[in-house]
Amino acid sequence: MTNFLQALAPATRTYKDHSQPLWRRILFSREAAVIGGTLLVILVASLSVRAFAKPITATYLLLDIAPILLIALPMSLIIITGEIDLSVASIVGLSSVTLGVLHQGGMPIEAAAVVALLVGALAGAVNGFLITVVGLPSLAVTIGTLALYRGLAVGLLGTKAVTEFTEFWTDLAKSKIGATAIPSVVIPIVILAAIFGVVLHLTPFGRGIYAIGLSAEAARFSGIHVERTKFILFMLSGLVSALAGIYYTLRFSSARGDNATGLELSVIAAVLLGGVSIFGGRGSTLGPIAGAVLIGVLASALRLANVTSDVINIITGTLLVASVVATSFLAWLRTKRSRPGKKTETLAAAKG
Amino acid sequence: MTALSPSPTVGSRIAHGFGAFVKARETGILLALVLVIVAATVKNPNFLFSSDGFRDLLLTPSILLLVAVGQAIVIITRNVDLSVGSVLGLTAYLTGRLFIDVPGIPVIAVFAIGIVAGGLLGLINGALVAFAKVPALVITLGTLYAYRGINVLWTGSDRINSSDMPASFLALGTQSILFIPILTIIAVVVLVVAAWYLRNQRGGRELYAIGSDPDAANLYGLKVTQRLLAAFILCGALAGLAGVLYAARYGTVNSQAGAGYELNAVGAAVIGGVAIFGGSGSVWGAAIGAYLLLTINRALPILGVQDFWQRAVVGALIIGAIVLDRVLALRQARRLVEARDS
Amino acid sequence: MSNNTQSAPALELSRIAKAFGAVIALTNGTLALRSGSIHALVGENGAGKSTLVKIIAGLYQRDSGEFTLGGESVDFTSTAQSKAAGIAVIYQEPTLFPDLSVTENIFMGRQPTRSLRRIDRKLMRDEALGLFARLGVRIDPDRPTLGLSIADQQLIEIAKAISLDAKVLVMDEPTAALSGVEVDRLFAVARSLRDEGRALLFISHRFDEVFDLCDTVTVMRDGAYIATSPIADTTVEQIVRQMVGRDVSALFPKEEAVIGGDVLVVEGLTEAGVFQNVSFTVKSGEIVALAGLVGAGRSEIARAVFGVDPYSSGKVSIGGQPVPRRNPAAAMKLGLALVPEDRRKQGLVLETSVARNATMAIRQQLTRFGLLFARPETAAAREWASRLEVKTSALDTEVGTLSGGNQQKVVLAKWLATQPTVLIVDEPTRGIDVGTKAEVHRLLSQLAGQGLAILMISSELPEVLGMADRVLVVREGQITAEISRAEATAETVMFAATHAASEIAR
Repeated sequence: MTNFLQALAPATRTYKDHSQPLWRRILFSREAAVIGGTLLVILVASLSVRAFAKPITATYLLLDIAPILLIALPMSLIIITGEIDLSVASIVGLSSVTLGVLHQGGMPIEAAAVVALLVGALAGAVNGFLITVVGLPSLAVTIGTLALYRGLAVGLLGTKAVTEFTEFWTDLAKSKIGATAIPSVVIPIVILAAIFGVVLHLTPFGRGIYAIGLSAEAARFSGIHVERTKFILFMLSGLVSALAGIYYTLRFSSARGDNATGLELSVIAAVLLGGVSIFGGRGSTLGPIAGAVLIGVLASALRLANVTSDVINIITGTLLVASVVATSFLAWLRTKRSRPGKKTETLAAAKG
Repeated sequence: MTALSPSPTVGSRIAHGFGAFVKARETGILLALVLVIVAATVKNPNFLFSSDGFRDLLLTPSILLLVAVGQAIVIITRNVDLSVGSVLGLTAYLTGRLFIDVPGIPVIAVFAIGIVAGGLLGLINGALVAFAKVPALVITLGTLYAYRGINVLWTGSDRINSSDMPASFLALGTQSILFIPILTIIAVVVLVVAAWYLRNQRGGRELYAIGSDPDAANLYGLKVTQRLLAAFILCGALAGLAGVLYAARYGTVNSQAGAGYELNAVGAAVIGGVAIFGGSGSVWGAAIGAYLLLTINRALPILGVQDFWQRAVVGALIIGAIVLDRVLALRQARRLVEARDS
Repeated sequence: MSNNTQSAPALELSRIAKAFGAVIALTNGTLALRSGSIHALVGENGAGKSTLVKIIAGLYQRDSGEFTLGGESVDFTSTAQSKAAGIAVIYQEPTLFPDLSVTENIFMGRQPTRSLRRIDRKLMRDEALGLFARLGVRIDPDRPTLGLSIADQQLIEIAKAISLDAKVLVMDEPTAALSGVEVDRLFAVARSLRDEGRALLFISHRFDEVFDLCDTVTVMRDGAYIATSPIADTTVEQIVRQMVGRDVSALFPKEEAVIGGDVLVVEGLTEAGVFQNVSFTVKSGEIVALAGLVGAGRSEIARAVFGVDPYSSGKVSIGGQPVPRRNPAAAMKLGLALVPEDRRKQGLVLETSVARNATMAIRQQLTRFGLLFARPETAAAREWASRLEVKTSALDTEVGTLSGGNQQKVVLAKWLATQPTVLIVDEPTRGIDVGTKAEVHRLLSQLAGQGLAILMISSELPEVLGMADRVLVVREGQITAEISRAEATAETVMFAATHAASEIAR
């Protein structure tokens, strides 16, 4: 075993850990902007919209955005690696239908739920296989599986709906923690968010995710298993989407083929609003959570102000576009500052 | 010096052309289309051989054809436009409203306004993609919902009925000339013009170049921004035209008109051989793809498959098409490398 | 031959300077290209040649200095402008549109038209054939450019340049990926272009080609102009001395080291079309150089050994343990490290911090209970960055903003942190300043002295001759010679690099 240290200089150089002080790093981060924006909207809504500031609003808000919060967790990781998963809402529907059909066929709901989770994981694995093994672009694959999985869901149930579910579970889905207004579903969400947050920010696997998003080639040269990582993420996405599907079904006591149609928009909007860059390599777990809350608060406030859900869609769509344009603009500013542009003043001076 | 690739004789050109035709993707799906029609007709002769059957066969996919052609143009530049369904819905409703709010408006003006409106909506997409350099996927996902939201807001609980529109307009949607529906004729004319432009005009060829290698296109000095804007405007305009024709065909327009068209349009293009990464494919393929997709949907119930499975079939076809493309590309690359090294 | 020696040069650069933030690429770029001449531009990596070319092409704008074309001062803000002015640049890796035909690639954006502005395909095709006839080559004008050999792609670029009636053609390392026959073909084309009165700039590392083809040579070193001489009046030794700036032997002291047993053993490594039957060993304490021309396949061999690229047959083992194929993580666990050729795309994640880059290969070792906290990460980064004397103010500085030399140090820090037993370095001093170069050489030498087995890939002969205990010469994917330190000279190495194994007398 070679002892290198003798060949190298002594470790006497000092470096600053960070080029900017902590307060600056926190204040100017994208997460701070989103959280600030959310608080602002909550404040404005509390003051201007009747009935917004009641605890029951918070309850329904959290019940509504629970699926978005859940799916935003793996979606953030997928987008950070530079891919995308458009099929999540269809997997929600598929798992909902699986739960309904199996339970209606006599299977106890617990077992049916496990099967639904497996179906979701399998659906995610199919995505992962086509993307990492066959080498297809994730956009094209997940547009196809968006249709395929939704089609399977609709095909299995047709226009019918399964509405008979064990009361214990449907009540639990809608229940609250003790005497508070916070729904119980927040507990699994917080646990999962903590797990995803820790994985992303505090594990080698998480470092690998950032590296893949910024430069998959350099990541490969550093021994990071690029394909394996992406496959795992897509499988996780399917699994969590299935979990969201189970919750959705139990909360509304209804398994339908078209459940959660369009949910992928809200998830992607939450993730991008939360500071995850569509180009990959940047983002966090906290930001998308704040993004989901922001969207939920807006939707909730607008609904209470008697604005129709289509306007909410307009706003979500516009927010999505605006946040990506803003990110693009900020990235452009960053390149202008760090690398001198083609036009330089010294040339004019030299000519004169 | 030996003669270099002498100008091909007519005979050899025909033979070369025939060979290319046989191997072309377009031929493959054309064959598939014929097979589907044959299978369905065998099961139920009315599928093809009744006057309604033949007409519907040609008529229903005509609207999707227009949207698919526009989508193909955008995909060729290595982008995508997911908002076309919402654009169609908006312009369909706009069409109805024009007839209601502006009595006596000439039909041709309605066409013009619908196309321009679609073009403007496409311009918004194109500007954000070309100037803000944001991926088209995200932009058009956002405008998909924004435009649809505007549509629903505008429509309210309202609905356009056929009684709101002049008979001469509705006739376009149902009449035929020499057994070919007028809508189909319009769609085919647009298809031919688009195909001609893409093949024979500099602008059309540059769209392929941009999709094939965007960096090289910049190095070549091509006007990439201009061409991208044009592609998105065209796609929106075609969706707008499709919206007007939708109103003519169906007579009733509610706030959900056109929902899901974007998926079918992308599917039709991909199945028709337009590579999702851009740079290759033809609008002919997208057109045949549109026909194949919708004909399969209509044939499924006849062949004993419930039409609930339509969406799944579309999804399976899309995935099948891109897997096939990938396998063929890998095989061709391997063959080219072997030929080069031998 | 060149009858315009008295008239103004076709293209002239004078005292061009260019800097990118902290990185100074050019201090004095000077060049005078005459019509009817093939002018060579030589210099080590990092001498500033490619920056000069990019300024000529319009990709960059100079910070100061004069740039005249045909006597008139010019300032290009885009590549389109330089093209319109009659300058064509043929890069090592041509950028064509893979899905489009050869003919369309040549004429994209300016296709000939007939009525209704329709593209005249027949005319276009005939013109393409005419261009190829002028060049004396056969390329099918109808096939897509995807899959064409680099040689053919270059010829298409040249055809494009002629059809644009380019007065100045710049060829940047054009022969790097060409076989002997293709090189001859390219040179015949270049000579006929010269005879037509165009001005050619030929950038290359290969002196035999420079002396064969060119009539004038300009030498650059460390971003500055050194000298210009007619080829007839100079020799390879003189040029090398001008390129390097001092006597070769004094530069790279490799200290004596105890050579131990075999550490890295490679047997029969083969991958169709890339390398065949490659076998060699590296012992501890040894520096083995893989020499050869650019494009010989050395980096490919290294990548296959490390596991980034596949290979179809053969074996790799370290200390007797077999190294699995296609699995860099496993190779790393067995003590293998690879400092790759392309520092910016393969060696570093440019957009993340020095700390993250420096610890990227040892993430697993820094964990506590499976978690990677910031403190151990920064501590490790601090230690290794400081041991390699990386110059940066903070550890969370984006590594893309550092100078080339410092970036290379970060890459070295990253891999040395894994405490490997075998270190493969691919072009260790490419594109870095002379001071850092010397540091890197001293470092490698001392590491070998501590028992590390080092495989060094280098295209710079002085580096190879100075550092290596043994030189393995690679040509077209095969090892053609193994030369010991005592017998290695520029001539023996270059001969082996340019001739098949059968032709080398042993």
